[in-house]
Amino acid sequence: MCISWCVGGGRETMTWTLVLVLSAIAYACKVTGLVIIGGRELPEVVDRCLNLIPAALVSALIVNSTIGGDDGIVVDARAVGVAAAILVATRRAPLVVVIVTGAAVTAVVRAVGLAP
Amino acid sequence: MSAVDATERSNDRSLAASCAVLGAAVGVFGIAFGVGSVAAGGSVAMTCAMSLLVFTGASQFSAVSVIASGGSTAAALAGASILAARNGVYGLAMSRTLRGSFFKRIVAAQITIDESTAMSTAQEESQAARVAFWWTGLSVYVFWNAGTLIGALAGNAIDPEKFGLDAAFPAGFVAMVIPHLRHRRGRRAAAIGAVICAVTMPFMPAGVPILCASVGVLVGVEKP
Repeated sequence: MCISWCVGGGRETMTWTLVLVLSAIAYACKVTGLVIIGGRELPEVVDRCLNLIPAALVSALIVNSTIGGDDGIVVDARAVGVAAAILVATRRAPLVVVIVTGAAVTAVVRAVGLAP
Repeated sequence: MSAVDATERSNDRSLAASCAVLGAAVGVFGIAFGVGSVAAGGSVAMTCAMSLLVFTGASQFSAVSVIASGGSTAAALAGASILAARNGVYGLAMSRTLRGSFFKRIVAAQITIDESTAMSTAQEESQAARVAFWWTGLSVYVFWNAGTLIGALAGNAIDPEKFGLDAAFPAGFVAMVIPHLRHRRGRRAAAIGAVICAVTMPFMPAGVPILCASVGVLVGVEKP
């Protein structure tokens, strides 16, 4: 994650314009769903669809953060760690244990050089 | 029964512990963000303002990396905005849970992110869902901003990957998706979301595949 740009300088630099405009855009995205649309009564079919947002998006987040990389798909030590996390999660381990297992297995796989 | 059932049954203390672990992991990435932002030419004040105001990790990393690689402010904004758009979808999902006053909801909006939404929607009871949303959102907010400040001042990174922390997020999300897989509709929506994300990742810009995964919610169009 922090490989190329930590040492890089750029032609343009960070500006307050970037910070403030991005803040406005980010907040607008968050508040639109929650306050503006969220306060109304919606048809039943829309409600059923909204209830499925976490299932669809959280599973996409798992895929994205397990095999996502700068050049599309990257399979590395994370995949092993997440596989271990799935194993303990399906055996009713608490959230903390699932997270620690995923991170620890990934770190060990990297440390012994099995995968990057 | 599943991992998250344990969380559902547990008291506030263990729920708080879960939130703290999540927050601490996020905090390490906050340090990495602080370091990167200062390296890209941001002042300490600018860097901290970004974490306090933008508060969407993926968008912030994206904006800073575009600037660091010589991109324009407009290009940085475009990529970061696409990544921020999914929080709007989370807002839709959370509006069912967060029914408080208008003021409460405009505060809640700022902490409507991946972690708080996933943690909250994994709870079965609406009270637990609210508790999980606020604890997770506020814990991540505190750790992310503390990490950013440390990184911006220290200018020397802890490498999160060395500790496998980049796998902490997908691992946490695995535990959080399980309650949604108990019903056939949830399983279908999750499968569609995961497949669409994987298929679109190789050729779409970062953030877009997650938005595309929203198509999975159309499983709900069919009557039960």
